[in-house]
Amino acid sequence: MTEKSRVGVIRDINGPIVTIELPGARSGELVKIGELGLFGEVIILRGSRALVQTYESTDGLRPGEPARGLGWPLSVELGPGLLGGIFDGVQRPLERIAAQSGDYIRRGISIAALDRAREWDFTPNPDLELGAPISAGLVLGTVPETPTITHRILVPPGVEGELEEIAPAGAYDIESVIARVRDRRGVSHRLRLYHRWPVRHARPYARRDDGVVPLITGQRVIDTFFPQIKGGKGAVPGPFGAGKTVVQQQIARWSNADIVVYVGCGERGNELVDVLETFPQLDDPYSGRKLMERTLLVANTSNMPVVAREASVYVGLSMAEYYRDMGYDVVMLADSTSRWAEALREVSGRLGQMPVEEGYPAYLASRLAAVYERAGRVETFGAGSGSVTLIGAVSPPGGDFSEPVTSHTKEIIETFWALSKELADARHYPSIDWVTSFSGHVKTAAEWWHKEIDPDWLKRRTDALALLARDAELSRIVNLVGPEALSDAQRWELEGAALIKEAVLQQSALDPVDTFCSPAKQYALLDLAITLYKRGAALIELGVPVTELQDLPLLARLRRLKSLYSSEQIEQIRAFRHDIDQAMEAIRIEYTKQNALDTQ
Amino acid sequence: MSIKEYRAAIEARGGLLVVKQIPNVAFGDRVRIEDHAGRIRNGQVIRTSDEEVLILVFEGTEDLDLENTWVRFLDEPVVIALSPEILGREFNGLGEPRDGRPPLLSNLRRPVGGSALNPAARTYPREFIQTGISTIDGLNSLVRGQKLPIFSGSGLPHNRLAAQIVRQARLKDEDSGFSVVFAAMGVSYADARFFREEFASSGVLRNVVMFINLADDPPVERLTLPRTALTAAEYLAFDLDRHVLVVMTDMTYYAEALREVATAKGDVPARKGYPGYLYSDLAEIYERCGRIHERHGSITMMPVVSMPSDDITHPIPDLTGYITEGQIVLSRELHNQGIYPPVHISPSLSRLMKDGIGKDDTREDHPRVASQIYSLYARAQETRNLASIIGADELSERDRRYLHFADAFDQRFVGQGETEDRSIEATLELAWELMSLFPRDMLSRMKESDLAKYYKEGD
Ligand SMILES: Nc1ncnc2c1ncn2[C@@H]1O[C@H](COP(=O)(O)OP(=O)(O)OP(=O)(O)O)[C@@H](O)[C@H]1O
Ligand SMILES: [Mg+2]
Repeated sequence: MTEKSRVGVIRDINGPIVTIELPGARSGELVKIGELGLFGEVIILRGSRALVQTYESTDGLRPGEPARGLGWPLSVELGPGLLGGIFDGVQRPLERIAAQSGDYIRRGISIAALDRAREWDFTPNPDLELGAPISAGLVLGTVPETPTITHRILVPPGVEGELEEIAPAGAYDIESVIARVRDRRGVSHRLRLYHRWPVRHARPYARRDDGVVPLITGQRVIDTFFPQIKGGKGAVPGPFGAGKTVVQQQIARWSNADIVVYVGCGERGNELVDVLETFPQLDDPYSGRKLMERTLLVANTSNMPVVAREASVYVGLSMAEYYRDMGYDVVMLADSTSRWAEALREVSGRLGQMPVEEGYPAYLASRLAAVYERAGRVETFGAGSGSVTLIGAVSPPGGDFSEPVTSHTKEIIETFWALSKELADARHYPSIDWVTSFSGHVKTAAEWWHKEIDPDWLKRRTDALALLARDAELSRIVNLVGPEALSDAQRWELEGAALIKEAVLQQSALDPVDTFCSPAKQYALLDLAITLYKRGAALIELGVPVTELQDLPLLARLRRLKSLYSSEQIEQIRAFRHDIDQAMEAIRIEYTKQNALDTQ
Repeated sequence: MSIKEYRAAIEARGGLLVVKQIPNVAFGDRVRIEDHAGRIRNGQVIRTSDEEVLILVFEGTEDLDLENTWVRFLDEPVVIALSPEILGREFNGLGEPRDGRPPLLSNLRRPVGGSALNPAARTYPREFIQTGISTIDGLNSLVRGQKLPIFSGSGLPHNRLAAQIVRQARLKDEDSGFSVVFAAMGVSYADARFFREEFASSGVLRNVVMFINLADDPPVERLTLPRTALTAAEYLAFDLDRHVLVVMTDMTYYAEALREVATAKGDVPARKGYPGYLYSDLAEIYERCGRIHERHGSITMMPVVSMPSDDITHPIPDLTGYITEGQIVLSRELHNQGIYPPVHISPSLSRLMKDGIGKDDTREDHPRVASQIYSLYARAQETRNLASIIGADELSERDRRYLHFADAFDQRFVGQGETEDRSIEATLELAWELMSLFPRDMLSRMKESDLAKYYKEGD
């Protein structure tokens, strides 16, 4: 890559699409256009002209102003100092931008993602000796990036040879050369604490593995009913206000990932502020450290330039893959992939490309698939296995799941958490609809649950889903002929389903006790609900009228159990079983006595 | 570039004017156009190359002739002059006076396009605003810096509700109200007059700045109007430290004007003929509201969106809902029953409520009361449907209780009337009264301690 820039001239400005005259421009090359030096990327070449998509507003730009080709593609900086930060769609650090340019983002501002002034404690890898063979992904040394995350300094992809020199332990800024590698042609490469990566390329790994463990999110309807795995790909579609962002933020807060990359793509500024203000206060339930220490944010909010929205997803993915390559389990949340798709549509429309469905270009499906394909569990080159789990929110127009982005996404992902407006309107949160949602990882999850929590997990889950299915069926009957048509047993089934919904499925993100639920607590609640239902059903079989059971205070208490006891108070939750036993036994005895009297 | 006048128009259609071979014209710049009769029109450059410049003409291209149209490039973007004197004034979409008084004299001129607020510079909105309206304060609370639209339909009393909110809105324990920026796009003369009189009679007029484009004013001007109004709002909030309430009505006419221009430009339509960029365009407007670090003022926004055919999935309310921080939805059914304000709580939502209510802000039980009422009302609605199929007599006693609750709720909690300004305490009290129609055990979203404190034992 020659880093010498070439200068051309602006010919035409059509919103974010600018045509420049720049001989020798390369497709994908980064350019700086106009006196302001706005960032853009070459997307189409036509003779000596290049069509550029601009990451900043082009207001005030004039034909005739200069345009410089930078000679390299859109890239990110990868090195220590990313965690805890917030970056824009092309990885400019928003906090330092605010310090420099004030409340509003000044155009053309150019600040490197990583702080050049900060020094890091580097410890070289003790296993490396001079002359050792070096290849991409090898760990050169480590830096404590945060108290819990050890940043492994990796040999960047493309570098191979033997180690000529490695820096001793000490404090270095990221530009310092910490190793020299001589390649086969005798050329010496200087390696620093960071390197650059072109965002549109997936980072390489040794081989792909199947995901084997569930990602625990602390959300019952997810972990227990529609589990995700580490390295999986999933989607959360739903109409506005249904709870997509809350689901994503809950995963960012409570999942057992090592690193969380949260990409706010065309959504609200305040939602990112919410994360920025609360995560530094919240404790990670696994490490006990502050959540912000494992989190990094990419923000292209809906009022920021559309084209950078398209880039933001790749910027996020590249950073996620980078931590994966260090051997970490990374979760990337993209809110919302629909806005990303709309950015594609916007650019393709300006380019006059033929739209195929609802204005979207023909390549929508393949681009989407390629994005999700960057998720997965892999064997890294030098740091063991790591994973990227990718969970995208989808915002279908009018809540219509048959629209192009939702329907294409559905074909690609394995976990589908469909949010329902009806549930959200009744404030049943999370509004994940148990009928239309699915997970392709129930089997994998079952192995984990059976080993770690309880061998009856799958049975209980199946019981609960069966009750919910009966509920739907019976409700249809009620709506046709009224509740009188139901038998006592059937009415008890409705009651059982209501218990599953209220005591298990509903989980308020705002409830300080219930916002996170450990797998053990999840199972305990599920088990109690099913047990209570089954005991009741047995009594009804004996002839106990359903009304005797419906008004038991036990039911109300089970509904409140989740907010009464935290995940640490599992014994108190399990103890509720005695209460069920006692109450049910009392009714049974009472009833048999009554029966005996009656028959006398 | 010196300011020259050109007679180079080669095409005029649907509000767009094409001029030939004017070099170095800046994108987004303002244009002044003089037609054959000497009338002045305003425009903005929306595409520019050395061969051709495309101009959006705010007053429309009707009646232009290509031979006698003079185009002058003003070499600056569309700007508005700002000073504290804007309060009490009335302007059009370009910031020109509409009240017969002279233009504002000020050296402070800002481009109306604005620029993107850095999310890292925002502060999360948390301060509860009491609007005095139970369905809002109790169930969908508004906070300072929030954007909360009213979704309505033709003939529904959204204007009256907006005016009532302007009249009553204040922070709890604080007297000072808001400065108001009122932006009217495509509304009728009668509606504009209604607001003017409302502001006058409630004595806030001196604290109001109005930007008005009526139904018979040029539609293209509606595209700059909200931007001009928000530039004024930003000035009041972040230069003058005021708390600003922006009322915009009606965003549907704004979006229709956008579609008109998009169609003329030949932009690829997405849904119902609206361009694919409608979402981003609306977001540019709505996201200008909020709070900023270390700034005292704030911008709170209440846009009115009338839903074409009462359809909430229509692109305009739909995309609005995807951007704003909730919505207050009005219902024709409630309105027809004479209930005012006819707020339909089920689809209504306030996303920023969570940090503005509770122990330190309103009352500790408030979040759970809201959640409980929602769940009871949802069940009550199902019961109403059931009753309409099988008849109320067929319902169980439990179900009848829900019906009773729903009716009392609609009449008393929702239908408070136009003159009642309810404190949040009164709202919560009423909520407990209604919840207490049910046995304690059914209020499973409440804590035992809430029940002990607030549950009203029946007789
Ligand atoms: N699990 C939950 N617990 C409590 N409240 C919730 C939960 N999920 C959603 N909500 C409520 O619903 C509101 C809307 O949720 P959210 O912002 O996630 O919707 P969304 O689907 O992302 O909408 P949009 O597409 O407009 O961004 C939240 O502000 C919150 O009040
Ligand atoms: Mg959202």
